[in-house]
This record gives sequence, C-alpha cells and structure tokens, in this order.
Amino acid sequence: MINIHEVLETNDMIEKDNLDVRTITLGISLLNCIDSDLDRLNEKIYNRITTVAKDLVATGKAIETEFGIPIVHKRISVTPIALIGGSACKTPEDYVTIAKTLDRAAKTVGVNFIGGYSALVSKGMTASDELLIRSIPKALACTDFVCSSVNLGSTKTGLNMDAVKLMGEIVHQAAEETKERDSIGCAKLVVFCNAPDDNPFMAGAFHGVTEADEIINVGVSGPGVMRKALESVRGADFGTLCETVKKTAFKITRVGQLVAREASNRLGIPFGIIDLSLAPTPAIGDSIADIFEEMGLQRAGAPGTTVALALLNDQVKKGGVMASCYVGGLSGAFIPVSEDQGMITAVQEGALTLEKLEAMTCVCSVGLDMIAIPGDTKETTISGIIADEMAIGMINQKTTAVRIIPVIGKGVGETVEFGGLLGYAPIMPVNQFDCSDFINRGGRIPAPIHSFKN
Amino acid sequence: MKKTVVTVVGKDSVGIIAKVCTYLANNSVNILDISQTIVNGFFNMMMIVDIEKCSKEFATFASELEQIGEEMSCIIKAQREDIFDKMHRI
Repeated sequence: MINIHEVLETNDMIEKDNLDVRTITLGISLLNCIDSDLDRLNEKIYNRITTVAKDLVATGKAIETEFGIPIVHKRISVTPIALIGGSACKTPEDYVTIAKTLDRAAKTVGVNFIGGYSALVSKGMTASDELLIRSIPKALACTDFVCSSVNLGSTKTGLNMDAVKLMGEIVHQAAEETKERDSIGCAKLVVFCNAPDDNPFMAGAFHGVTEADEIINVGVSGPGVMRKALESVRGADFGTLCETVKKTAFKITRVGQLVAREASNRLGIPFGIIDLSLAPTPAIGDSIADIFEEMGLQRAGAPGTTVALALLNDQVKKGGVMASCYVGGLSGAFIPVSEDQGMITAVQEGALTLEKLEAMTCVCSVGLDMIAIPGDTKETTISGIIADEMAIGMINQKTTAVRIIPVIGKGVGETVEFGGLLGYAPIMPVNQFDCSDFINRGGRIPAPIHSFKN
Repeated sequence: MKKTVVTVVGKDSVGIIAKVCTYLANNSVNILDISQTIVNGFFNMMMIVDIEKCSKEFATFASELEQIGEEMSCIIKAQREDIFDKMHRI
C-alpha cells in the first residue's frame, strides 16, 4: 500500500514545484466535413467540433478534482484545413471564414486554443495550400484561439524553399496585421520540418491524416519538479545526474498516462500518445533554464548548455518511454524564450543569443520558439532563419520548428508583453548580413542522402 | 472498492482526527489505513479510505472535507489513490 512519504512527495510536486498535466488535446478529423459549398462546410465543421468536444472541458475538470492534479489546458486539434477547404475555398478570404468557424467552435466548447489551421507543403504547394497560407495573417488577426502551422520540409522530401520564402513574408504580414497588439499573431503561427501528426502542444498541433476519427493526446510537463529533484544531487557525477532525471521523468509521465487513460475512458475516445515534453511556463521555478543552473551552469547559454540540454532531453525520453505505452508528438524539452523566466533573464544578461538557441535546437525537441526580433527585420532574413532551422531538422531526422515574432515598431533592447502563458520577451538582435539572393532562388532542396533507406 | 487518499496538513491541534473521522463515518466512508508524521513542525496525516458506499459525488466529498479543513486551519485534500499508485509503483 502507498505510504505517507510517497503521498507527500507527490503532493509537494503539485503544490510547490508546479507539477501539472499541461494539456489534454482532442484530435478531431474533419475529413468527413468536406463540401464544395462554403456555408455548408462551415456548418459541418462547427457541428462536428461542438458535438465531439462538448464534454472535453468538463471531463478535464472532473479528472483534476478527483486526482488533485491541475490540467492546465484542454485543447482541440483538427485536420489541416488546407485539405478540408480545398473544394470550397476560392480565395484567402474564403479560408478566413473557416478560421472564424474554428474560433467560434472553440469558444462554444470552452477550450483555449484550437490548432490545425495548417498546410503540409514539404514537397510542393497545391493551389489550396497556397490560398490557406496567404490567408494566415488575416485569420490570426481576426480570431482569438486559432493556431496555425505549416510543414515546410522533411527528411524524406527535402525542403520546399518556395514555401520557406513565402513564410518569411507571411510571418511579417501576420506581425503587421496584429501590430496594435505587439504582433501577437506570430505567437500563434509555427513552421515545421518533420511535423508530427499527433503533437498535442500549440501552436503546432494538428490532427494528421494518418490518425483515426478522434483521438486523445496528452502533453505532460514538470520543469519545476525536475529542478527540485536535481537539487538533491548537487555536485554528484553525470551518471547520478542522468539517473535522477530519468526517474523523475518516469514519475511525471506516469501521471500523464493516468490522466490520458481516464480522459479516454470517460470521453469514449481512443488514447493516442503521451508527449514527453518538459514545457516551461513564465511562473517562477517552472523553467528549463533553472534546470541548467541547477546542473551547474551560471546561466542558460553558457558553454555547456548544449550538452546539458542534450542529456536532459535524452534522459527525459528514457524515463518517459517506460512510463507510457504510447509515446509520440514532439517529446523532449521545449526552450521557448518568452515562456521561461530563466531564459528571459539569460537573454537580458547577454548569456543567450539567437545563434546559441539555434545550436541548442540540434539536441532538443522543436526549435526556435517564442523569440521576439526587431519589427524591421527583412522578410528574406526571416526566411533565412527558418531555412537554417529546417535544415537542422531535415539532416538530423527530427522535428524542428520556428515561432518567431518580428515585433512591428520595436527594436533591440525593448520588451514585448504577450500576457498569460505566452509571457514576455526582450527583443533579440538578428545578424544583419543579407541572404536575399540565396532565398530568392526558390525551388526545392533535395532530400538528404541518408533518407534513402529502402 | 474505490480507494481514496485523504491528507491533512497543518498545525497540530486537538480533535482534527476526530472531526475528519466523524465526517467520514457519517458518509459511510470506511477507513482502511491511517498514518501520520510531523514534517517541519507541521502535522501530516494520511488516510486511505474506501468511498464505494459514499452517496456523495466525489467533488462534493472533496470540497466538504476542504471546508472542514478551513474551519480547523489546516489543508485537507481527497484524491483518488491511482495518482500515487501510478507514480510510485511499476
């Protein structure tokens, strides 16, 4: 039987170290909503989401109460809309009506984000994909909860550089469209290489076409718990450090697995995967950067940060994989800047630069995340940053992403406030040398040699 | 059997256990195990109970216990046992 010390340990994790389940994300296929009539399509989408997800929030809250574990977000991901709107949408404005429908459905069922306003263009863009991409800035400006993502490349297909170029322009336009609100539109837009079909985390969640009609995916968290556990092994060797991370990741993930199973049973929807991610929040102590400091680095960004992140990421996976029967999504440690107080401090003190962040993305899940840059950054420079990050994903056969915010009207040294879980960020300097001639070449970069495994 | 863990954390005072036990008895909740310890001067008690025969909804049960805790300046939580079991047992 469980003993009192185990009970107290669990409850201390929850109460003192911010242990929570970050998100229950309900994936909903919209393939059966496809219609050539735009009004009918919108109606079908609204009805489908509000029917399937009607009990999601209440179920999440009931599980929170019964187990005493906070479940921070209840969210929805849908089939990439570029696949759903193809036959009904003739203009970007037509696509915007779907974004509004998604937003309305999200508000009706009470979730705080809905992901899947997306296009998958890793090799080429259909006319429909391009219309959706061109509608993204407006769609994000006139909705509150819709999140958008575009997959620009993969290890199997190489990089679609036409789309990379276009996304530099779209990111800039999304910033312009929401310049009155510190360009927050860009905080809801992410580009990927090797995007997973079952990611529960925003802004990049979508319900892939390889998925069933409905699925429950759960994202766990717990940087605060990890930091606390490492306090007890200060000065110990790397073997001990790694074991401690692994054991702690196991405990965190078991809670996620329990919540996922419960949610799946109660909603009558199959369980998909657990995403083993350490996801920070702006709350003090709930920080990946604090884990680095606990490991012995003065600040995130100091020499040693990349290897610290590599071991953290690897041990989290090793502990987590054993704790859950299905693991997927992004799975690793997230290193967003604005959502992590320790990372913000590291940037403000000059310890952490864009280039170091890029190096760190070689060894962790995702990539350049929630990074504010000057609003006058050239579109081709944004495309260049995106292309570099996509290359890391393509060559290393991993997911990489870019969620970057050119804050219109602001420059280096200023700060931008997004509020809530999105936090705030100091605007970081960008390398001023030009890459326009390179980006303007257009076309595709072929798949790397090691993708030919057949 | 629906095992639930009830924890009481706070300053030690006369009658805490009595009050919690009375509430449990009145609601047909059977106590399976009790243990207690003092951590940093705070009274920590854990009970494993069976709420199978409890007529109240879990949320009501938990919030009424929380209320009793507030009256005695301590924190009382009720949580399904599974969260501890899953975290600490393979």
